[in-house]
Amino acid sequence: MDMNAPIGQNALDDPKSIVGKPLDRIDGRLKVTGAARYAYEFAQETTTTYGYVVEAAIGKGRIRSIDTRAAERSPGVVLILTHRNTPGQGTGSHHEAHPVLTDANVNYYGQPAAFVVAETFEQARAAAYLVRVDYERVAGKYALESNLKYAGSPPAQEGQPHPDSAVGDFTGAFASAPVQLDVTYTTPLQSHAMMEPHASMAVWEGDKLTLHTANQMLSQGQEAVARTLKMPVENVRLISPFIGGGFGGKLWVNADAILAAIAARQLNRPVKTALTRQQIFHVTTHRSDTVQRIRLGTDRDGRIVAIGHDVFSGNLPSEQSFETAAMQTRTLYVGANRLTRHRLVPLDIPIASSMRAPGEAVGMLALECAMDELAAKLNLDPIDLRIRNEPTEDPEKHIPYSSRHLIACLQEGAKRFGWDKRNPKPGQVADGRWLVGMGVAAASRGNPLRTSKANVRLDPDGILTAKMAMTDIGTGTYTIMTQIAAEMLGLPPDRIRMELGDTRFPEAAGSGGSFGAASAGSALFDACETLRAKLAGAAGMDPKAARFADGNIEAGGRSKRLTDLVGNAGMEADGEIGPGTTLKDFSQQSYGAHFAEVAVDMDTGEIRLRRMLGVFTAGRILNEKTARSQAIGGMVFGIGAALEEGLNLDPRFGHFVNHDLAEYHVPVHADVPVIDAVFLPELDTKSNPLKSKGIGELGISGAGAALANAIYNACGARVRDYPITLDKVLTVLPVQA
Amino acid sequence: MKAFTYERAETITRAAAAAVKPGTKFIAGGTNLLDLMKLQVETPSQLVDINRLPLDKIEDTSDGGLRIGATVRNSDLAADPRVRRRYGVLSRALLSGASAQLRNKATTGGNLLQRTRCYYFYDVTKPCNKREPGSGCAALGGFNRIHAVLGTSELCIATHPSDMAVAMRALDANVETLDAEGKARSIPIADFHRFPARTPQIETMLKPGEIVTAVTLPPPPPGTQIYRKVRDRASYAFALVSVAAIVDAAGGRIRSARLAFGGLASKPWRVAQAEERLAGASADAEAFDGAANAVLDGARGYGHNDFKVPLARRTLRAVLTEATRA
Ligand SMILES: Cc1cc2nc3c(=O)[nH]c(=O)nc-3n(C[C@H](O)[C@H](O)[C@H](O)COP(=O)(O)OP(=O)(O)OC[C@H]3O[C@@H](n4cnc5c(N)ncnc54)[C@H](O)[C@@H]3O)c2cc1C
Ligand code: SF4
Repeated sequence: MDMNAPIGQNALDDPKSIVGKPLDRIDGRLKVTGAARYAYEFAQETTTTYGYVVEAAIGKGRIRSIDTRAAERSPGVVLILTHRNTPGQGTGSHHEAHPVLTDANVNYYGQPAAFVVAETFEQARAAAYLVRVDYERVAGKYALESNLKYAGSPPAQEGQPHPDSAVGDFTGAFASAPVQLDVTYTTPLQSHAMMEPHASMAVWEGDKLTLHTANQMLSQGQEAVARTLKMPVENVRLISPFIGGGFGGKLWVNADAILAAIAARQLNRPVKTALTRQQIFHVTTHRSDTVQRIRLGTDRDGRIVAIGHDVFSGNLPSEQSFETAAMQTRTLYVGANRLTRHRLVPLDIPIASSMRAPGEAVGMLALECAMDELAAKLNLDPIDLRIRNEPTEDPEKHIPYSSRHLIACLQEGAKRFGWDKRNPKPGQVADGRWLVGMGVAAASRGNPLRTSKANVRLDPDGILTAKMAMTDIGTGTYTIMTQIAAEMLGLPPDRIRMELGDTRFPEAAGSGGSFGAASAGSALFDACETLRAKLAGAAGMDPKAARFADGNIEAGGRSKRLTDLVGNAGMEADGEIGPGTTLKDFSQQSYGAHFAEVAVDMDTGEIRLRRMLGVFTAGRILNEKTARSQAIGGMVFGIGAALEEGLNLDPRFGHFVNHDLAEYHVPVHADVPVIDAVFLPELDTKSNPLKSKGIGELGISGAGAALANAIYNACGARVRDYPITLDKVLTVLPVQA
Repeated sequence: MKAFTYERAETITRAAAAAVKPGTKFIAGGTNLLDLMKLQVETPSQLVDINRLPLDKIEDTSDGGLRIGATVRNSDLAADPRVRRRYGVLSRALLSGASAQLRNKATTGGNLLQRTRCYYFYDVTKPCNKREPGSGCAALGGFNRIHAVLGTSELCIATHPSDMAVAMRALDANVETLDAEGKARSIPIADFHRFPARTPQIETMLKPGEIVTAVTLPPPPPGTQIYRKVRDRASYAFALVSVAAIVDAAGGRIRSARLAFGGLASKPWRVAQAEERLAGASADAEAFDGAANAVLDGARGYGHNDFKVPLARRTLRAVLTEATRA
């Protein structure tokens, strides 16, 4: 079905529904006992070989010569791929799979320059250090801020938001606004830093390729691999039952998979490879840094009359994806005059791509701090300012919201957090040698829906098997899908066998962009609806009147066991969901409010979060527990974004200096005090049959801004350059007593 | 990682004798060495495993101090009741370092001998005088936020990253060793680490094959012991600045003070003049500033690490205030 009309009452609305209950992860046991198998852990046969990537050690130029002789003589080495012996591949954007080792050009630091395959991983790694590459360097453009003058408009792309938007006369309205704020925020280069490294194992049987690979979107990946390797899609199989985090870094097929596939074909032996932690930073994608100018013009009462957001991000000249940081600015607050622009600066550094709420994660770090600055300027409470600027319809598209309860989230959060105890004047509250402050920020994240399919089969043994090429990247997909199927067919969860992570199963949306649960879940819902109708038919009952419970179907006082209806072969049904007109007719976002209390050491400037609360609305919550975990995870990302995370570029080499987890800081346990996430009840009938909205990336959106605003409230430092490390607040700290 | 041979030493003398062979490295916890080997920053041809040597004891010495075996794990040392009671600065320094898992593996000797965390040192494709003498120093004109502001040379501006060694410096520890000929010696920790000067690749006074057998602590000096580590996150980060302080004060007057610093310099840092200025002084802002001036005399930032100078000043001030509070 396509989402062309609002959804009426359905089976999930039953107040006793298992959907929403805090069911434990059904794969939890497998994971904590080590029984869940990840890409690198798939069967090693004696014939398996191991690959290791040699990274280009310059930012831009070409390989003049490459000497592999010593490496070839090194123990165990069976193959060394370079651009000289690697077959040509299909080209395309990163939505495909980047071709590797195509020619002598080096376009970015860390681009694979060779791939060494040996009998063991250590042999391959040792030999890789013997590959001698002679480079001819050319000058490259590496740093975003020093190359803004090369910025251009990224091309508008089918199905993607336009880089520019304008309503009314922004320039005129801003110039004449009685209150103006014009501020520029910068956010750093960031890396996904998921736990599981990118890993793949390629096995060929004749002209058929099986890739065990850590990938978030298998169906898309399958096509990408086929196109890059110039082979029929049906000959490519991707398997990825468990993924140790992706955060966008595994949306696309990375070099590990393509290199392994090419090498395995040449060797006619399985090839396994995993990027080292250090390699991940350059060989795979990252989030671009941004320069964001926000302009807000209001009347004397703080009603926005002009809102502008200009965003600069960078990417390789061959790439078109940009950091969509101004998307929420288009819809979050009122204002008759609006302007958003995204500009892309061509840079010769590794590929920038989607990472943890692309756009919102960094855009709201700027927008929601600018709102705080505006509130201070107007002498208004930041929540009050947001209430004054709450729109009744989408201010740019002039269409209604599918559902929107931002103000409720702000107000409920304020109550629970004790917002009324906040002193609006910065630098007033001390606790020992700590200055303490509170901050708030709105959360908002688009609610996409993607085409997805599912197949279900009920067997005579009473087991319902559901199959989808969907992935669980650690978020709890297996569990929520099980709940949906269990509720729809009236079966206990242990009667559901959820099979994900294989392109042999029906094509699915995959995990990304907060669309996974809604898309795959709706496809499964649809398949279950069809199966229900078939079962009702077999029972001679009216499908509309039929109730499914305890393994039975009941209607009109009659009850039948489902297992008696499915025959010897079992009964199957397919389902499908596709986006439809409701996406155009309604402005669809999930919403929330973040509250943070932060302490700043008045001697050293060290900044520590003390407590944090997120209150969200995201339609129907499919599992209270996994939803809360997901939201908290996003908030932890927010802590990192505000205080810690950032790749440091060395503009002499075009590389990221701190490319390991000792020096690329993400929050550790001690950085994360008591934090809580609460979901307020909401159903969104325009969104999808589940009436849910995306929660995957909601938790990070705006989270860091709440910390930044709390830092300002604590010590008076308005740092507009993320991350807010202690050196940036040192200068405003009080003179020591 | 390059292929290497591995030998488990049965006696201390044999370990030292085996290690004279060029290309040999001792391996203790391996938490630093293995990382460096994977990246081929270190490429030993032979490893001598010292983990089974009888160097894992903490013993009282006759003068009322402690003798800490070289393979005592950082977590065991931090938890030892004698250390906690009498050498709190050491226990705290240890617990502020790395993570619980790393501390369970890391040893006393390995911690003293851990190498710098300079990003460029870990990246064999970059110039680095410490890794490859004469190749240049990428940090000097590069990103150097974690680098030293004291005790540097024009060839190397790396810090010594240990927390433990900073506390030991304040405690006037001695490093005991045994060389390949079986000769023992005791090196004051002040002399154990070397300045980079013209030879940043030579980091300690150890001769080839010489093994650290123990670290001895003299009886604890009187006074309040504090270890204050300032870092970018609440745990699991190296010090931007750390201060190990042992201050004996009463009635607003300082009798004696010992101050050692981490994160600031090429080696655990201590400045006699600073301590002399404090001895006998009244515990006030002027005295604290005087001490800071003496410590930071000659300090120089290289761009990204400029903030360490004011940060060190402020941190020292906070520590002295706390230590002398009545
Ligand atoms: C991510 C990370 C974070 C860290 N954070 C901190 C921190 O915040 N603060 C901190 O202080 N440290 C930190 N560390 C460093 C840690 O403390 C050291 O890695 C550890 O102490 C080294 O001890 P080891 O026994 O594992 O040494 P090894 O790795 O086994 O050896 C290190 C070196 O010492 C030599 N060696 C070892 N024992 C002897 C001996 N008895 N005689 C002669 N030579 C010897 C070895 O040959 C080698 O060269 C961190 C490390 C990591 C990986
Ligand atoms: S600071 Fe020292 S360790 Fe770092 S690059 Fe320079 S020479 Fe090498």
